[in-house]
Amino acid sequence: MATLKINGETVTVDAEDDTPLLWVIREQVGLTGTKYGCGIAQCGTCTIHVDGSPVRSCVYPVGALSGEEEITTIEGLSEGASHPVQQAWAELDIPQCGYCQPGMIMAVAGMLNDNPNPTDEDIDAEITNICRCGTLARVRKGIKLAVEKS
Amino acid sequence: MADTGLLSRRGFIVGTGATGLTIGILASCSPSGTKPAEPDYSNLPPNPEVNAWVHIDHDDTVTVRIARSEMGQGTLTGLSQLVADELDADWDKVTAEYPTPGENLARDRVWRDFGTGGSQGIRGSQDYVREGAAAAKAMLIEAAANEWGVPASECTSADSVITHGPSGQTTTYGKVANAAAQLAPPLEVKVKDPSEWKIIGQAKKRLDTAEKLVGAQVYGADIQLDGMLNASIKQAPKIGATLKSFDASAVESMPGVKKVVSVKNPFGEGINAVAVIADTWWQANKALEALPVEWEGGVDFSTAEFEAELDEGLTADEAFVGNGGGDLAGAFGSAAQMVEATYNMPLQNHACMEPMNTTALYTEDRCEVWCPTQNGESALAAVSEASGLPIEQCEVYKIHLGGGFGRRGMPDYVHLAVLVAMEMPGTPVKLLWTREESMMHGYFHPTTKARVRGSLDADGNLTGLHLRISGQSILAALIPQALQNGVDYATFQGLLPSGVDPRLEDQTLKYSFDNFLVDHAMRNPPVRPGFWRGVNLNQNAIYLECFMDELAHAAGRDPLEFRLAHLQDAPLAAAVLQAVSDKSGWGQDDGKARGLCVMYGFGAYVAACAEVTVSDDGELSIDRIVAATDPGNAVNPQQIEAQVEGSFVYGLSAMLYGEITYEGGEVQERNFDTYNSLRIADMPEVETIIMPSGGFWGGVGEPTIAVAAPAVLNAIYAATGKRVRQLPLKDQNLRDA
Repeated sequence: MATLKINGETVTVDAEDDTPLLWVIREQVGLTGTKYGCGIAQCGTCTIHVDGSPVRSCVYPVGALSGEEEITTIEGLSEGASHPVQQAWAELDIPQCGYCQPGMIMAVAGMLNDNPNPTDEDIDAEITNICRCGTLARVRKGIKLAVEKS
Repeated sequence: MADTGLLSRRGFIVGTGATGLTIGILASCSPSGTKPAEPDYSNLPPNPEVNAWVHIDHDDTVTVRIARSEMGQGTLTGLSQLVADELDADWDKVTAEYPTPGENLARDRVWRDFGTGGSQGIRGSQDYVREGAAAAKAMLIEAAANEWGVPASECTSADSVITHGPSGQTTTYGKVANAAAQLAPPLEVKVKDPSEWKIIGQAKKRLDTAEKLVGAQVYGADIQLDGMLNASIKQAPKIGATLKSFDASAVESMPGVKKVVSVKNPFGEGINAVAVIADTWWQANKALEALPVEWEGGVDFSTAEFEAELDEGLTADEAFVGNGGGDLAGAFGSAAQMVEATYNMPLQNHACMEPMNTTALYTEDRCEVWCPTQNGESALAAVSEASGLPIEQCEVYKIHLGGGFGRRGMPDYVHLAVLVAMEMPGTPVKLLWTREESMMHGYFHPTTKARVRGSLDADGNLTGLHLRISGQSILAALIPQALQNGVDYATFQGLLPSGVDPRLEDQTLKYSFDNFLVDHAMRNPPVRPGFWRGVNLNQNAIYLECFMDELAHAAGRDPLEFRLAHLQDAPLAAAVLQAVSDKSGWGQDDGKARGLCVMYGFGAYVAACAEVTVSDDGELSIDRIVAATDPGNAVNPQQIEAQVEGSFVYGLSAMLYGEITYEGGEVQERNFDTYNSLRIADMPEVETIIMPSGGFWGGVGEPTIAVAAPAVLNAIYAATGKRVRQLPLKDQNLRDA
């Protein structure tokens, strides 16, 4: 059994300690916005926030949580897609297939939590998510627009 | 059959009586323009469809039926624009839905082709989709005219409102949709002249963005049905191997495990896959990893050893001719200078972000699947074949794709999901592959090499060209009946003669050469090839356009001028090339290293100019891309721009990192740690020039992929004086020759 604080609610799930947070969130909490892409923390589609910082949930065992951490998924990032990153993404119409975008948005929002004015070098270092459709040019523009909106 | 009455109203309802599931392709039933203060129509019976393409609700919501699949390329929005424009609909009240393949079959294929590939989504259906919308509009106007007792010719339509000119009476589409549906369709319809377009050609926002920003978009991997179980699968890792044994008892008591099953991949021999079915996917996969399995047989294929076969094909006496003319031997015999180069294209995985998956529900008299597919109809056929049920007792509910790129045109993952679900009759089972399974069991971009030779005269004119392709044929493996006397003409994509085969007219060579030969020595490895975004245009562009650059430099001529000299009969190709040259600053003495590429493919003219720097220790930076595309008609410029930008990510990922290798018959690159993809740090700025010249419908999703690598490779030469002819680049030192 594990107790999680997720998007402001406390939930208890029946999961083995080694179950990655990704699968607990998707299969037990039932929030499927967080995606499985690689399972080895390479692609970033599973990015969520733990206490405001971006985490690749596919390699984060649920047993490593104390139960006190605030977990945020794409569903809990804002009310009505009002987060500046989501607003910028809407304005620039960034998603293509969209599968990587919850992770991309959470990675960017997490970066901006720690670093509200990232340089291009910061973006290069922090945002390493994979997008096979190829939204990356717009993602960089979106980050800059989100900074303006913040 | 699914309840077509449900399907045709309100959209989004693609569920079944068995589960009561409803899934939208768009999360919200209320398009953005629908105001909450609208009158309550709930006491009215729902409107029937006006025709197959259009349903209009009482509140004027227009639902467009989309047969093609949306996988990120924007076809859903583009096709909706075509319909809305022809219908004179209010764009703010337009939404879209997928009809099902089963419904298409039951209605005599009224929506025609569901296949989504070859950059055909819009260009391959624009005519009948627009005609369908024009017919619906005529019926709506006729219904209003009948109600008013006036001639239809006195009525006009705009923004979903019909106006009778002389009297000034108005009504809306939603009010006459029911009456329109009772009318016979017009015998003849005339679609608008492009000068009358109001929605086509506009940079409309996508219809499907909102749900993608909040995690509400449902992909195949996200399907959740009542009582559903989850499965993970392991297919024989070695080509052609079969299952020798497995010990289910070792894992049956693990948490959540329901059943361990073995199945046969339809494209292999014998029983060649095992799967574990459990409550959750994580439990299923954990048990699968712990399951003792032994395989036997198979082919000890190695890509390193296959190189020798590819090399042999480069100079083999026999080869299929794809194009040619003039006196090549004469040209080579009298050359002042000969130039020769050999290039390669390794196997590539599509690497869709969403791993392969399908959810299936099997009972003895019906089988239904929920799957992200590029071809709903071939998926339906696979369901029937796998389940053994007549196709009328099968159904496919298409779910948005987390990337397709050609991989999801193949129905193997649908077939396997049905076989697994048949082990649990009456219980829906979602089969989700791991990333590793998706990497190992792909349908790979074919591997080829090319040897290209050219002759120059004393004045630096190109007098002869021989482009020999050696390697894998997609059609020979997947659609052998499409070979013509053994020839796979698709291998010659972008290099074909014009005026020979109308079906291949969108893949022709636009350069004029006096003496030349393009031929193919087919050498097929035992690896299943597939249609990979851009298909054979990708490597053919490298072979032709890197070599044109080599020829120009050998001739001491400017690569732009050298190309234009052979594009005199192809003004549209010359125009895109000139456009990227002008915008990029080609020819300026500013110290920038630039490379060019121009190509024609999927019916569109595309060009790119890349600017790169290479550091003293050989580190490549792709600094800027200028790209131009002329797709004839441009339906949505901002989405074309998105496709062009994205094409550089896909094309440059392949150039930089993409390589699938086999050792001992097994794929070695099994995840993104060894099969990398371009990240934002590597992503150049892309400036896109959209220059629709009108009068034809070219593709958008694929052609630009082909110009990405050659433009950068040619720029690397400009920066370093070194030719890179062996891909991927990650294995090359860009400084030391």
